[in-house]
Amino acid sequence: MVNKATKPTDALIGHDAWNIQLDKNGNLKHFLTTEGLGSNILTQILDTAESFANVNEKRVKKVPLLRGKTIVNLFFEASTRTRTTFELAAKRLSADVLNINISTSATSKGETLLDTLQNIQAMHCDMFVVRHSDSGAAHYIANNVAPNISIINAGDGSHAHPTQAMLDMFTIRRNKGANFGNLRVAIVGDILHSRVARSQIHALNTLNTGDVRVIAPKTLLPVDIESMGVNVFHDLEAGIKDADVVIMLRLQKERMQGALLPSEQEYFKLYGLTEKRLQAAKDDAIVMHPGPINRGVEIDSNVADGPRSVILDQVSYGIAVRMAVMTITLGREPEADIAEAEGEMS
Amino acid sequence: MSDNNMALLIRNGHLIDPANNIDQQADIRISDGKITAIETANSISPGSDERVIDATELTVTPGLVDCCARLREPGLENKATIRSETLAATRAGITTLCCPPDTDPVIDEPAVVELIHQKAANSGHSHVVTLGALTAGLRGEHLSEMYALKQAGCVGLSNCRQPVENSLILKRAFAYAATFDIRVFIEPDEHWLSIGGCAHEGKIATRLGLKGIPVSAETIAIARALELVAETGVSTHFGRLSSAQGAAMIERAKNEQLPVTADVSAHQLHLTEQDISSYNSVCHVIPPLRTQRDMEALRNAVANDTIDAICSDHQPHNLDAKQAPFASTEAGVSTLETLLPLCLRLSRQTDLNLGNLIDKVTNSPARILGIDAGTLSLGANADICIFDENEDWQMDAECIHSHGKNTPFYGWNFQGKVKHTIVDGKLLFSD
Repeated sequence: MVNKATKPTDALIGHDAWNIQLDKNGNLKHFLTTEGLGSNILTQILDTAESFANVNEKRVKKVPLLRGKTIVNLFFEASTRTRTTFELAAKRLSADVLNINISTSATSKGETLLDTLQNIQAMHCDMFVVRHSDSGAAHYIANNVAPNISIINAGDGSHAHPTQAMLDMFTIRRNKGANFGNLRVAIVGDILHSRVARSQIHALNTLNTGDVRVIAPKTLLPVDIESMGVNVFHDLEAGIKDADVVIMLRLQKERMQGALLPSEQEYFKLYGLTEKRLQAAKDDAIVMHPGPINRGVEIDSNVADGPRSVILDQVSYGIAVRMAVMTITLGREPEADIAEAEGEMS
Repeated sequence: MSDNNMALLIRNGHLIDPANNIDQQADIRISDGKITAIETANSISPGSDERVIDATELTVTPGLVDCCARLREPGLENKATIRSETLAATRAGITTLCCPPDTDPVIDEPAVVELIHQKAANSGHSHVVTLGALTAGLRGEHLSEMYALKQAGCVGLSNCRQPVENSLILKRAFAYAATFDIRVFIEPDEHWLSIGGCAHEGKIATRLGLKGIPVSAETIAIARALELVAETGVSTHFGRLSSAQGAAMIERAKNEQLPVTADVSAHQLHLTEQDISSYNSVCHVIPPLRTQRDMEALRNAVANDTIDAICSDHQPHNLDAKQAPFASTEAGVSTLETLLPLCLRLSRQTDLNLGNLIDKVTNSPARILGIDAGTLSLGANADICIFDENEDWQMDAECIHSHGKNTPFYGWNFQGKVKHTIVDGKLLFSD
């Protein structure tokens, strides 16, 4: 085992970058990354999601909290599941929802990202839910929209996917309780390209998780990943030993190109999660996956569909967590926005 | 004699001329574009038609020689032109710029060389010299007509950051260049390791989810080139070093008496990977900003003369080029106007001697380029920079006369400002 890395310091985080997520009163204005947010804000999201989880289990699933608000799903990268859960979340909050799939529209006609944004902004929206293939795209957009618009990052490149990470935290909390201090969480697979893993790592560390581990061959680990506050393993069974939570990441088929891995077969043999391997984890360990799963590549069907899998719970919790994030970012005192806008003008 | 061409007397300046080991108060007389006298301070009395510059409390150095600046012309005139950038250079005390061959069209035939030299001459600001392409079209497949390029006035050859993947072609290019005593300028980059990358492969890139460029992209390219230098004997200049390891390899090569020199861009001596941590696209540069340790090693390499020259690596962009998420922005910073200020800042922050630093932006790059510049010798071309070492100023948009406003140094406080620039004996700029 590699020595436990120190948690990232403020100096390393480069604080300014993440402050744009908060308004002047310290409330969440944009949700771009789980990095740099205090445990109070993460807990606020989880607590709010808890109340919506109950709404989602009722017969009438709609609440009027965001009536009159307009939310635009701005997807520069194809997605079905994530976009659908954002759409459902917005509709259950009674907001108006607009889906714009940019990969097939404006930017292919040579319009820049900024032009696209300004055009949609002119339609007087309150929130953009953005997915983009470039790391940092959500920050870029948040820095370039009108001050009254909130941005939720629905995935930017390999950087962050904060709502996915929060629904994972929600799933862990529901199953393991609110004290993360005693938990061992193992994240397995393509950490290098995974925005989900990065956001999970920040969130887990902010919530003071006892032991956060990543498990992958060296080709799928980014350089200096220890600096994010994880312990690194290359052997699956050693890595998930006595784990409370095992998170499997999707392995994209294109990783076989570019010499990252020799074959899916070899990957499954070494890093695929099977019933037998899972025995190394605690008896009551839960198995998670951000989906969509590749059966027989990173996870065996017996495990994915087995009693310890909470993969489908994650999907339904996703709606509650996204409702929470939308409510928190849009439900702030409007005075804060106005004061901020006036401050910038003066 | 036009006003511009009148005789000039620079009185009582603090003269720093590293080529001649001069560091003292002195008077300089200039006539017919040449330096015609250097005497004890306040000892030359002005002639009746002589213009006098009182340089009391000012520093007088050779005009700066910048061994790498993109002028964007021909090909990208929407970003900048030879006229706009040579004017900005003059205001920054840079009297000679060396333009690499990755223009459009590429500088791989004499007509392009002549076009650039002609445009620069017509602009009437700082001088421009050119590097020719090492391979035709920079494609790394066929040798360029090196001899013809040299005859046309190219001061060296380079493939810029375009790969020469086939080592045999690189070896032959070196051997052919060596035949005609042409220096080869290398921007060390192992293409396969850097392709698609936009940041130093390390902590910050990992956190930001950016594709990294490892140090090995630089060191493998240096190692390959050095082996071929040893076999062919070609004089080689390694430009834009970014890593501690790269600098150490150059130091070893120099100890082995290989004919190599090296430069670093001024911004690499002041910025690190931390500066991109907010996805600050104006700090998107190639080679990437690396670690604090690398920056300190590069500063040491400047101090111990492993690095011979400091250049601007000026790359002006229009605003659109930087308006996108980080990885989708174009790399490069507009840095003509911070070359001297950053060198002065370095001399204040370190125990690096100012004369040594001035050498690295005047005499030393001039020798690498093989041009008659960078000194204040009697009879030399009167290219001179006069600055106030103590004037405080803050960088803002109005300080940038380059068409490229893409500087990471907005808001920085500098000490030291150019007051006069003389090119070919003409006073082209006075603040």
